[in-house]
Amino acid sequence: MAYSLDFGALAEYAPIFAKGVAVTSELTLVGGVLGVGLGILCAWVRTDGPKALRPIVSLYVEVIRNTPFLIQLFFIFFGLPSIGVSLTEMQAAILAMVVNLGAYAAEIIRAGIEATPRGQFEAGASLAMTRLQIFRNVVLVPALQRIWPALSSQIIIVMFGSAVCSQIAVEDITFAANFIQSRNFRAFEAYIVATVLYLILALILRQIMRSLGTIIFPRRRVVR
Amino acid sequence: MSLIAITEVRKRFGDNEVLKGINLDVAAGEVIAIIGKSGSGKSTLLRCINGLETIDEGTILVAGAQLAPDELHLRALRLKVGMIFQSFNLFPHLTAGRNVMLSPMVVKKVPAKEAQAEAQARLEQVGLGHKFDAYPDELSGGQQQRVAIARALAMKPLALLCDEITSALDPELVNEVLQVVGKLAAEGMTLLMVTHEMRFAREVCDRVVFMHQGRVHEIGPPEEVFGAPKTLELQQFLGIA
Amino acid sequence: MSPFTTWDIVRNLLFAAQWTVILSLVAFIGGGVVGLLMLFARTSKRVAARRLAILYIELFQGTPLLMQLFLFFFGLSLIGFNVPPWLAAGLALTLWTAAFLAEIWRGCVEAIPRGQWEASSSLAMSYFEQMRYVVLPQALRIAVPPTVGFSVQVVKATALTSIIGFVELSKASTMITNATFQPFVVYGFAALMYFALCWPLSKSSQLLERKLNVAHRNH
Ligand SMILES: Nc1ncnc2c1ncn2[C@@H]1O[C@H](COP(=O)(O)OP(=O)(O)OP(=O)(O)O)[C@@H](O)[C@H]1O
Ligand SMILES: [Mg+2]
Repeated sequence: MAYSLDFGALAEYAPIFAKGVAVTSELTLVGGVLGVGLGILCAWVRTDGPKALRPIVSLYVEVIRNTPFLIQLFFIFFGLPSIGVSLTEMQAAILAMVVNLGAYAAEIIRAGIEATPRGQFEAGASLAMTRLQIFRNVVLVPALQRIWPALSSQIIIVMFGSAVCSQIAVEDITFAANFIQSRNFRAFEAYIVATVLYLILALILRQIMRSLGTIIFPRRRVVR
Repeated sequence: MSLIAITEVRKRFGDNEVLKGINLDVAAGEVIAIIGKSGSGKSTLLRCINGLETIDEGTILVAGAQLAPDELHLRALRLKVGMIFQSFNLFPHLTAGRNVMLSPMVVKKVPAKEAQAEAQARLEQVGLGHKFDAYPDELSGGQQQRVAIARALAMKPLALLCDEITSALDPELVNEVLQVVGKLAAEGMTLLMVTHEMRFAREVCDRVVFMHQGRVHEIGPPEEVFGAPKTLELQQFLGIA
Repeated sequence: MSPFTTWDIVRNLLFAAQWTVILSLVAFIGGGVVGLLMLFARTSKRVAARRLAILYIELFQGTPLLMQLFLFFFGLSLIGFNVPPWLAAGLALTLWTAAFLAEIWRGCVEAIPRGQWEASSSLAMSYFEQMRYVVLPQALRIAVPPTVGFSVQVVKATALTSIIGFVELSKASTMITNATFQPFVVYGFAALMYFALCWPLSKSSQLLERKLNVAHRNH
């Protein structure tokens, strides 16, 4: 069977793809910022925070890391309303991404914290800082710098994972492709375009993370 | 005819010309020491002879066959020339005996029984017949280096290249390795060795090569090279200028 | 009240979970084989082979798995094959897994000191002999923990195949939810089953890693 690819047929749907890119970007941006924040919090609890909270955080991290994102998303969007928590599609998607990234980020950041040389804690303590002050002023930034590449990769992985949010009718890139292929049956072309869009977004995201890294960590100052 | 014939060999790393036209003929059974300052290109020369580095110009002939950078020629070359490294490079996942047996078995397709007997014999030759089943990390540095020698010998090479094979050893372990090498020399093995053991070079070697800035700066029998160095650089190197 | 008991739900989910396990195994084993080929290409001396392997790895690691699934599902039918979901799922997951395993294993191969390559070269071994007898046996030891760790990703990744219509644990969850209207219970149990599959793998990967580190320190 001869089939010729026809990307021209997709031209009229450009606005839909544009909307998709915007939504995927929004998901990634909001999910990324809040997720990393949650990750830092959890990493703090697991390394230096209140002991009572540690088992809870551990459980959270283990549960999230050992179940598929799709199930987490469905549980939040379809399951939570039955216990009285109703969220819009977008809210559910963002919550799922934050919860998901938070768990992975927690583990990554914890590894960065645990690589901190003992002397750093001791120096901080000898300057009469409290534990929290040491964490915030001495430990955290170098720890983040250590694991910045791993964290960047994880955020990109989460962005790729966000493709399944189309399944709860979040109008992201994948949703756009699904919609278009149901209209004009040019499925292959639609998904090729979607794939390329994700590829480009990933490149941009990596660049943003790199630039952000050089802003947050202006000089190499990690003690090894 | 010489066993190893090196003619006008040049080697560059980027802009850095490390070998600037080396000429050296090694006769069968000859024992040659290569001395020289750090960075003078001694290791690079040995590595070129073993095909671990490709040369940019010149030729290297081993037993009449030319060194070429393709897999087939390299293999043929390495069947004729063995190499021993400063850092032993034993295979840590194999016992001493297995280290020695491996290459004869997989490269030369020697049957296991035969390879084992050969390995036992080679280990005995270096005084380690009782260590057949020991893993490298259960051996001292000197013992590991002797296993490495046995491993190279098991391939029945025509010549052995030794690159500072005692430099990584504690002083008290140096002699046991040098003794093995001395014995090999006495038995007629062709040896090309980079060494800082001047006394050993003087006693055992037929000729000494002094390398300086990528060239063979002086060459001759040990009495001449050590006893009456001609060039200022060699005198400085030997600390008698 | 729905006519479905909790046991009905669990029973049906467990049945579907079989397919999750089977698909995971297929993807992992198939991915291991293809990944090994890619590893050889990626670490080969031939520039063309290396480039090809890099392109392959970048493509499969650098795009969403869901897109890969769609492209296989629709792409293969374009060139005239009528692909059932299980085939598209198995193929896409296998190739995706291969890309990640090849990259994980490359790290392990590169952790083997250069001296090992040089020593085996000087003993006249060919590239394949070096890999087979010297490098891989050593790389294997350090490769086990991250490989087991990655198997968790494979199990979770199978959930995406539900979207192209392969009936495994996730798809079954949606179907059962539609019949029972008990999403909280159904997805809760599904999560529990995924957890039961993944957690032991995660844990053993961690333990193996720790054991390896201890062994290293004692050297
Ligand atoms: N793989 C390489 N890439 C780039 N430069 C190299 C490489 N190997 C060696 N060189 C350079 O070649 C020069 C000669 O190195 P070589 O190892 O042959 O010296 P050497 O005489 O063996 O010194 P040493 O006594 O310290 O072992 C040095 O300047 C070194 O920096
Ligand atoms: Mg050297």
